[in-house]
Amino acid sequence: MPDDLREGRIVIVGASLAGLRAAETLREEGFTGSLTVIGDEPHPPYDRPPLSKQVLLGRMAADSAALPMRRDPDAEWRLGVRATGLDPVGKQVLLADGESVTYDRLLIATGTRARPWPNADEAALDGVFTLRTRDDAGRLTKRLAAGPRRVLVIGGGFTGSEIASACRERGIEVTLAERGPGPLVGALGGTLSMLAAGLQRAHGVDLRCGVTVTALRGNGRFTGADLSDGSRIDADVCVVAMGAVRNTEWLAEAGLAAGPRGVACDAGCRAFNMYGIVTDDVFVAGDAARFPHPLFEYQMLSLEHWGNAVTQAEVAAHNMVSPEPARRPHLAVPVFWSSQFGLNIKSVGVPTFSDQVVIAQGSLDERRLVAVYGYRGRITAAVTVDMAKWLEYYQGLIETAAPFPPGPGAADGRPLVAAFPVPSNVPDPKGLFHGPTVALTGHLPDRRLTVVRPAD
Amino acid sequence: MQIVVDLTRCQGYAQCVFLAPEVFELHGEEALLYNPAVPDDQLDRVRQAATACPVQAILLGKEVSAGAR
Ligand SMILES: Cc1cc2nc3c(=O)[nH]c(=O)nc-3n(C[C@H](O)[C@H](O)[C@H](O)COP(=O)(O)OP(=O)(O)OC[C@H]3O[C@@H](n4cnc5c(N)ncnc54)[C@H](O)[C@@H]3O)c2cc1C
Ligand code: SF4
Repeated sequence: MPDDLREGRIVIVGASLAGLRAAETLREEGFTGSLTVIGDEPHPPYDRPPLSKQVLLGRMAADSAALPMRRDPDAEWRLGVRATGLDPVGKQVLLADGESVTYDRLLIATGTRARPWPNADEAALDGVFTLRTRDDAGRLTKRLAAGPRRVLVIGGGFTGSEIASACRERGIEVTLAERGPGPLVGALGGTLSMLAAGLQRAHGVDLRCGVTVTALRGNGRFTGADLSDGSRIDADVCVVAMGAVRNTEWLAEAGLAAGPRGVACDAGCRAFNMYGIVTDDVFVAGDAARFPHPLFEYQMLSLEHWGNAVTQAEVAAHNMVSPEPARRPHLAVPVFWSSQFGLNIKSVGVPTFSDQVVIAQGSLDERRLVAVYGYRGRITAAVTVDMAKWLEYYQGLIETAAPFPPGPGAADGRPLVAAFPVPSNVPDPKGLFHGPTVALTGHLPDRRLTVVRPAD
Repeated sequence: MQIVVDLTRCQGYAQCVFLAPEVFELHGEEALLYNPAVPDDQLDRVRQAATACPVQAILLGKEVSAGAR
């Protein structure tokens, strides 16, 4: 490795949000060496959140969501080629086209992909979709524009709920099937899941909870699905929204702490190897990363949050070009947003890291509220529904480990709306169709020494 | 030119909606929707919106050019 960390060869694998922001930050921090960004999608970096919102609503084209650059990172972009392996000794990234790229320092930013329907034949039926890429969104939007009789959405997480919302807004009949007790329950717990369920029904979603989809039917073309309660849904489009899978298979032989829950790294974004020893030349950022957070008892967090991809990429890039004493930890409090059924839902902290919840402002009936989550007597998260201006205030309480429940008048001088916290009822994610977008994945990096079985 | 709004930071103040209504719109009370591909004739308005945004959540810039190597 060259003595000056601002020189040498840096390779970034994953040309999306985290990869782009890291590339820009490297240059902002004075990196003058060679920079290569490898991405398996043929497109330059684009933004995903609009895909399940504006794009499905027909308000913008799926191919118009390119991400703006903060500055041109002067990188070599190798797009449309997949990294297939990593040789940590020879310091090379192996590519699907047979070439390899040598690095001094590497950033892994390969994110996640949509979890496919487990039965490959059924998943191949015409009319069965997943939603992760702009090509997925383009195909699905076209199908929605053709006016299907009914859309079946499998999974009531954020993505599934946003898809159902877009369908209803377009006047399309939609059934949403969720194995757990309600939509969004995996991310927000029981109380807000009740609100989400009421919201969906009020907007005409045929919501089926506590049921499993047992089979997708069709002869070449999707025609419907069987549910575990014996009922059958006739539909001509099916969107499988069963959460995300980390793109870590290409690291199977790399000797890193990489598995289905992501690549484990320290607070400085340095990857752990499979013995739990931290590396100094391999960094991770974005949805692919799994990192410890002091506010949540140093449990490893896996996030699928836009904001985290940006801030973690910035910290990783800074640390890649900075000597030890100047390195920074990634301590940002997780923030997430979703818009569905005309509501703006935002969360700060980790709602699933909780045992109780209290409505601190607003109410379920008004569909305007702040729910505050606590764990063993301190505030660990807050969720706002159409009250985003309050998010920052509660973020401060989380950062200072303020006592839960928040005192009367904590927010705006008014007493708490509901004085009594109730259990937050966060279910075991195993019983859900949707994955939470924040997952607590245990304490130790070696806990992820699991065998990776490619899903397809 | 392309934009992206950092919606983790956006507080729905809607200044952008007033300044460039063809690009930004509020969906319901405070959910912001926008068109990331800014038409040329909207550029000035979007620049003003980016400057006016109280939390500086709007980023305007070029996309990575296709075919870049
Ligand atoms: C439909 C949708 C809606 C969303 N809505 C919201 C929202 O409202 N709010 C929010 O906070 N977040 C939202 N997100 C999540 C947000 O988009 C992600 O957190 C963000 O994209 C993560 O960025 P990333 O760069 O880490 O990973 P990704 O965006 O997943 O990018 C990883 C890139 O690496 C590529 N890659 C993978 N493996 C390889 C390989 N072996 N070789 C080369 N390239 C590879 C992938 O193809 C991909 O292009 C949404 C996501 C989706 C899909
Ligand atoms: S001006 Fe800024 S804060 Fe207000 S709605 Fe627009 S982006 Fe959001």
